[in-house]
Amino acid sequence: MEIPYTLTARPDTGLYNAKIGIWLFLASEVMLFGGLFSGYVFMRLGSEPGYWPHGLLNVPVGTMNTFILIASSVTVVLAWASLKMRQFTQYKIFMAMTILCGAIFLIVKLTYEYPQKFQHFGVYIKKDALVKYEDYLGNNYLKAKNLSPRVEITGHLHNKEALTDPNVKEYEIALDEVNAEPTNPQSDRPHFWPKPVTEKIATIEKSDVQYASVFAPRHSSYFAIYFTITGLHGLHVLGGVLVFIYFMLPVSTRLYRQNPEHLANRVEVAGLFWHFVDLVWIFVFPLFYLL
Amino acid sequence: MNETHDPQHDAAHDPAHFNKHVRGYLVVGGALFACTALTVALSYVDFGSREANIIVAMIVATVKAGLVAAIFMHLLSERWTIYRFLLLTVFFVIGLFLLTLLAYHNPIRM
Amino acid sequence: MAQQTAHEAAHHEHHHEELGFWRKYVFSTDHKVIGIQYGITGLIFLFFGFTLMMLMRWQLAFPGQALPGIGGLFQKIFGDKMVLPDVNGHPGVMTSELYNSFGAMHGTIMVFLGIVPTAFAAFGNYVVPLQIGAPDMTFPKINMASYWSFFLGGVVMLASFFCPGGAAKSGWTSYSPLANITDQVPEFVAAHPVLGLIFNGQSMWILGMVFLITSSLLGSVNFITTIIQLRAPGMTWMRLPFFVWAQLVTSFLLLLAFPPLEAASIFQLMDRVAGTSFFLPSGLIVNGAQIHISGGGSPLLWQHLFWFLAHPEVYVLILPGIGIIGEVVANNTRKPLWGYKAMVFAIFVLGFLSFIVWAHHMYLTGMGAAVSAFFQTTTIMISVPSVILLTALILSLWGGSIRFTTPMCFATAFLPMFGIGGLTGIPLAFNALDLYLHDTYYVIAHFHYIVAPGTIFAIFAGVYHWFPKATGRMMNQFLGRLHFWASFLFINGIFLPMFLQGMLGMHRRWYDGGASYDISKAIVWGLSGFDWNKVISISAWGLGLAQLPFIFNFFSSIWYGKAVGRNPWDATTLEWLAPSPPPHGNFDHAPEVHRGPYEYSVPGAAQDFIPQSEPTSPTAPAAPALAH
Repeated sequence: MEIPYTLTARPDTGLYNAKIGIWLFLASEVMLFGGLFSGYVFMRLGSEPGYWPHGLLNVPVGTMNTFILIASSVTVVLAWASLKMRQFTQYKIFMAMTILCGAIFLIVKLTYEYPQKFQHFGVYIKKDALVKYEDYLGNNYLKAKNLSPRVEITGHLHNKEALTDPNVKEYEIALDEVNAEPTNPQSDRPHFWPKPVTEKIATIEKSDVQYASVFAPRHSSYFAIYFTITGLHGLHVLGGVLVFIYFMLPVSTRLYRQNPEHLANRVEVAGLFWHFVDLVWIFVFPLFYLL
Repeated sequence: MNETHDPQHDAAHDPAHFNKHVRGYLVVGGALFACTALTVALSYVDFGSREANIIVAMIVATVKAGLVAAIFMHLLSERWTIYRFLLLTVFFVIGLFLLTLLAYHNPIRM
Repeated sequence: MAQQTAHEAAHHEHHHEELGFWRKYVFSTDHKVIGIQYGITGLIFLFFGFTLMMLMRWQLAFPGQALPGIGGLFQKIFGDKMVLPDVNGHPGVMTSELYNSFGAMHGTIMVFLGIVPTAFAAFGNYVVPLQIGAPDMTFPKINMASYWSFFLGGVVMLASFFCPGGAAKSGWTSYSPLANITDQVPEFVAAHPVLGLIFNGQSMWILGMVFLITSSLLGSVNFITTIIQLRAPGMTWMRLPFFVWAQLVTSFLLLLAFPPLEAASIFQLMDRVAGTSFFLPSGLIVNGAQIHISGGGSPLLWQHLFWFLAHPEVYVLILPGIGIIGEVVANNTRKPLWGYKAMVFAIFVLGFLSFIVWAHHMYLTGMGAAVSAFFQTTTIMISVPSVILLTALILSLWGGSIRFTTPMCFATAFLPMFGIGGLTGIPLAFNALDLYLHDTYYVIAHFHYIVAPGTIFAIFAGVYHWFPKATGRMMNQFLGRLHFWASFLFINGIFLPMFLQGMLGMHRRWYDGGASYDISKAIVWGLSGFDWNKVISISAWGLGLAQLPFIFNFFSSIWYGKAVGRNPWDATTLEWLAPSPPPHGNFDHAPEVHRGPYEYSVPGAAQDFIPQSEPTSPTAPAAPALAH
């Protein structure tokens, strides 16, 4: 016996099998990302003042990636509509555009955003040494303006050997603008266009440092959750792209020739997944890049 | 140009019907672009406190997510079976968040 | 008729010729083969997990003494770092590290590799499509992927025993921060910076869990879709056999509760591999020195995410069991289940409430009064549907002409055992009592009464009940009785004394059974000159021996059991309509359903059962009440 309702809807539920399947899968994905985001909330609430950084991510690049993902969501739904209208060439064009968008998103993340973070360096200053580095932190100024304090000095590490050599007693850091001119009112809030690292080099004694790291997951709760959620989201994007590539292969063309509605159903189901991936990014973007 | 070879073409796949949908998808796409720009712009406006800023950004994000879910994912005209799954899921996600927060905000005071 | 079956056999033979051995028995997409694969793998894992516990019981009853007989072999397997010689130089004393890893792996294997695959996946796969009259699951390939993902998870878990440093040691709950910092052998990590972070007990545990979670996810999506979409014509919701309802609710629990644990597992893996500190607070001191981490995490986050899964998981363990018992009881009492509708609603309420009780595992973590009160209330509320289920099952016995077949023996024993397990849980729901009883043997006894003489007895009942369907042969009745009585006596010998030990304050993780504590020596070891640890251990080994008749019976009956027809139990549900064993595609022709699932002993009917597929004819007494 054939398995019924793979293609047509069951009369009493009005749905074909795969559609129920994908929505159940998405329900479990909602719980997965719900767990991850509740982790975000828990970490953020639990962070002491100054320990949840702002403005460390590249907002224009993030915005561009958001646009790209939204565009891909539009193209995938258009690809499905083309199939429904039996316009196969048009379907292929839209599908190719979707794959392209997904690929650009991943390439930007993997070859630009992540590596750029790994080059950046930050040191958290011990509480009793904060006064010593007032020139870089500007906490008195911030206190007067009722802003949250700074406890970290960031920039590019000048003496890389400090990471491994215990005989080197201090870090030399080419400062970010926010630490180079901490009392400049323009640094009160993050900039839209990221500022390049300044020429100014600060020397920070290791004994004053609570914790030092490049902007990798181990740097702080913030980067830990950022890399975890965006990494997992990236895996979802990758999965979606692979499925879409499958829809471009001759195998799917043959399926279209035999039964166009079957391919349309497949595209619809994969599209639902893709929209969900987009939906997650809609929350990731403000929570990590903007707030 | 093989798309005209369509053995199963029938009234349900009426091009005019879908053309209307396609226009709708493009409009929603445009709205999503606009909302993204809006959210970025709003993040440079101070609404008084950090909480207020977060709430504003989350409202915009929820509107965007709602658009994607309602139009792109066809949730506006979906079957009750699927609404039931989603209601259940939403309830448990909210439960996960709220109770975890409750536990966070109500520790034993020493 | 004979002609028809011959034709049918020829037809199926032809169909099967297309599939080679590998596609037919190993990488099969047939729900029945997958169900059997799940069942056999699950039973093997159950026995393996139990073996770990039998070894631990030696250490608890005779601390510091070498294992008799197999001590040398034991040392060969686990290495001389994990197994030490005793005072006389005989090899075979497990170290506390090995004891801990056995404890953690016993829990993990029993829950995730033993009971869930057997009670949920095996019976679900085999029975659910048959009971609803479907030719297969909706997504056969995903079904196969589900089994193989589970299998990989099992392989990863087993492989972790042979990683440097041994298997995971932080309990099946893997509480952070302990689970974040254990199991890495410094020399190995120094030699292999990347492999060293992954090939250690706890990291392998997490990877294994990711596979198992994926497997459950694929399985539960498949079950729910199948039950919603592939019900035979006439199989309305209220005509579903109770077992199918139980599977449906269980699938939802797995679907929605497992992902938060996956999130938590990813966090913990990041902590162990990428150096993050999701679950590590600032300023954590390990081995007398502050560890070099960014800090800012919270161990409580792990507990919340873990128990958000693990409490629904408890119901995942028991609900399929209750479903099986419902089928067996109705069939062997020859009367309908008492309160079928109430049971269905109860099982839904149970599933729903199970999501909002999780923090009763965390009373000791320093929650305030408001949160404790909330979770106490929901926990007490959840006992109401449980009691409804148990009451309905017990009342189903009332007035029945009970056939004490082997499955019915197990089902009858299930009822009081489940009752003891459930009722002893009520004290634990209260914050004040839990503070005292937390992590004692009382808790161990409580949940084992639910899952061991509860679910595992239900699994046995299910095996004996559906064995004729899967093989076309009966299992031996005498050996079944032997298996039942021996198991029943020994399993109570294990868990009853644990209540006593727990109330006297014996902690669940004592490596030497309390021998090194002066207080426990008096109360646990020497009470009235009676050594409960030895009683329990001997019962445990006895229980191990009691499984031999079952294993022998299982395999010998496959080939030499009494051959039976389609419906040896005179049952009503659809699976008994199909040939035994059912061919690929299950039924001769698509079945239609005309009546409820438990039409036993209908007054005025010719037989004492009316199958669901039997059409209601105008001449038959449709409304028996009017006939009298």
